[in-house]
Amino acid sequence: MKKLLLAGALIAPMIAAAQTAPANTAGNATNGKQLFMEKNCYYCHGTTGQGGRDGARLTATALNADGLIRYVRKPAGAMPAYTEKLISDQELRDVLAYLKSLPAAKAPKDIPLLNQISEK
Amino acid sequence: MAKSKKNSVNRRGFLKGAAVGAAAIVAGQNANAQTAPAQTAQTRAATALPSAGLARVETAAPPAADVYTTDRPGSDFMIDVIKTLGIEYVAANPGSSFRGLHESIINYGGNKAPELLTCMHEESSVAMGHGYAKIEGKPLMVMAHGTVGLQHASMAIYNAYADRVPVYIVLGNILDGQWRRSDVEWAHAVQDCAAMVRDYTKWDDSPISLSGFAESAIRAYKIAMTPPMGPVVLIADAVLQEEPVPDQDRARLRVPKLSPTTPPAGDTGGVNELAKLLVAAENPLIVAGRPARTPNGLKLLIELAELLQAPVIDRRQRMNFPTQHPLYGSGSLAEADFVLGLEVPDFYQVIHAQTPVNKMGMESRLLTKPTAKLATLSTVDLLTKANYQDFGRYNEVDLAIGADAEATLPSLIEACKKLITSDRRRAFDARGARYAEVAKQNQARSLQDAAWGWDTSPITTARMSAEIWNQIKGEDWSLVSDVVFQSFWPTRLWNFTKHHQFIGGHGAYGVGYGAPAALGAALANRKYGRLTVNIQSDGDLNYAPGVLWTAAHHKIPMLNVMHNNRSYHQERMYVADMAARAQRDVSRVGIGNDITNPNVDYAMLAKAYGMFSVGPIENPAELGPALKRAIEVVKRGEPALVDVVSQPR
Repeated sequence: MKKLLLAGALIAPMIAAAQTAPANTAGNATNGKQLFMEKNCYYCHGTTGQGGRDGARLTATALNADGLIRYVRKPAGAMPAYTEKLISDQELRDVLAYLKSLPAAKAPKDIPLLNQISEK
Repeated sequence: MAKSKKNSVNRRGFLKGAAVGAAAIVAGQNANAQTAPAQTAQTRAATALPSAGLARVETAAPPAADVYTTDRPGSDFMIDVIKTLGIEYVAANPGSSFRGLHESIINYGGNKAPELLTCMHEESSVAMGHGYAKIEGKPLMVMAHGTVGLQHASMAIYNAYADRVPVYIVLGNILDGQWRRSDVEWAHAVQDCAAMVRDYTKWDDSPISLSGFAESAIRAYKIAMTPPMGPVVLIADAVLQEEPVPDQDRARLRVPKLSPTTPPAGDTGGVNELAKLLVAAENPLIVAGRPARTPNGLKLLIELAELLQAPVIDRRQRMNFPTQHPLYGSGSLAEADFVLGLEVPDFYQVIHAQTPVNKMGMESRLLTKPTAKLATLSTVDLLTKANYQDFGRYNEVDLAIGADAEATLPSLIEACKKLITSDRRRAFDARGARYAEVAKQNQARSLQDAAWGWDTSPITTARMSAEIWNQIKGEDWSLVSDVVFQSFWPTRLWNFTKHHQFIGGHGAYGVGYGAPAALGAALANRKYGRLTVNIQSDGDLNYAPGVLWTAAHHKIPMLNVMHNNRSYHQERMYVADMAARAQRDVSRVGIGNDITNPNVDYAMLAKAYGMFSVGPIENPAELGPALKRAIEVVKRGEPALVDVVSQPR
């Protein structure tokens, strides 16, 4: 464990340097969708980021790229941390672009089945 | 019953006759061996024809010895005993060690009360009993080999034990080695059948006489049905089953009267103390595990919660509380100053958060205020064994009443009523209004959450649940599967009000429970004309899919909706945790977990077993019409399956 932490300490400046490199802040939604599936984000958050028992809704998230990266690197709760080794900052920007590309949900009153439940 | 003197033989007579008969067969076999070389190739090809030697044996004058028949095998008496218990069904995969009982059930007993159900796995037999008992409130009987059958059944027995559900298990065995006729019977015999499952059954016995069987059979039922309930095992020795009831025993054999034991109720001192704590608390919280054993338990818990205006956190292990009641899920552990656990098997886990797998260390964090008082009213403390650890962490509480919650609730309600002053009443009403508002917000949030991904494919579990609800809401329905794998959407969207509308889950989380337990519950629901709904996980069904045939064969109506996420999803998430922790390739964790390549066609599987089916449904717009078609079939008294390709959870 100590070795791992030491290695982490050595790698951290390199990561910081990489973070200062120019990045595609907009992200690539197509690549982001592929990553969202490949890296198994959808296990807990659903294929369209709708959320569920095991993960929060990510569609229409209020997070920006920095916020998402910060959270993924050091998540709260039961989510496992995805380090740079597993997914890069740029790839997370792509994931965010995918999430931002998804349509927002309709209001329940505009979905007949849900409206019926609300009017019970 | 008239006794056929002509054909009846005692054991000594049978042995004598057997010796003569065996000699004749050996002679015949020798003759056959001698003539075999003379057979032509054409004759050998026509194997359906008897050989010359066999033909000679079969057409010769019969031997002088009596043939072995009896009008009163011991298994008939065993069925006489079983019939007094009111057991409706026997679930079994056939096995030679209980062939005597099998024959007595179908012929002597007329295959009624109990009626034999053909199962394709002993695990299915027991799990059917598990689900059946949670609807019907009493056990069905399971028959199995004392060795290989019980080995198959053992996981399901553990589930039933951990869920405190009665299952009445009768095992066949040939205890006396002198009666084992072949290597098969030696391999299928055991000194102590029940040893393998003794750690997770309530009681067992191996009677060596019919009168002993009668007493133990009645005792086993009584023990199984006394809370805390649980599976029991009774050995029906094969020799006792198959040999005639000795003449001298016939007149004196009797079936003891069943004397049910009343459930243990809390003592007056403990109940009064609990009432004081409940009435004095500013924010009491009730946590319900399995307190509602019967419809009356549900009614009593509503009465207690409304009396105190105390919110209820339902652990969804039984149908304890209406899901759209203003007090359902509207309280929180964080604000509670008093928490009462009713029949909660994992109370410690309820009030603590454990360090998740992605964080360093292994600590428990108390979720209540440190000053909050804690109490349990439960039979959990009354049945604790050592080896299997389903008893969970030790609970440090302020008051622990070892009693059946449902049996104790009437006296607890009365004790509370005596203590409630008008001031307390006003305080209760005020907090009730607050919780009603929280419940309203919870319900609105559920609807809003369900709308996300509404038109997505794979279909969301929220959409799937809403579509099912749309089809069943006007029926007398019963959901007989757990909701944990669908992100709890049924309990978030549907209006559960009746006891038979939900039965909880596995007990010990042993996968393979779902499909057979649902079928057992559907069997119990059949006579009441209820529309049974089973949301079926794909991984679970694949343990023993033969239950689909059992459902079709016995015409047990039920709607199976496949929650087909094509994986053992829980395990997939765990392995993803491990990969992330090790900083290794998370994209590979489907290996060993995914059920793809090829995808399983569950509609085709159901058809192969003789069940109506639709699917796979991938387009959410097609789901409603598919469910409608399937329900039409179910209403005709048959099972049906709709395969829904779904989101992971």
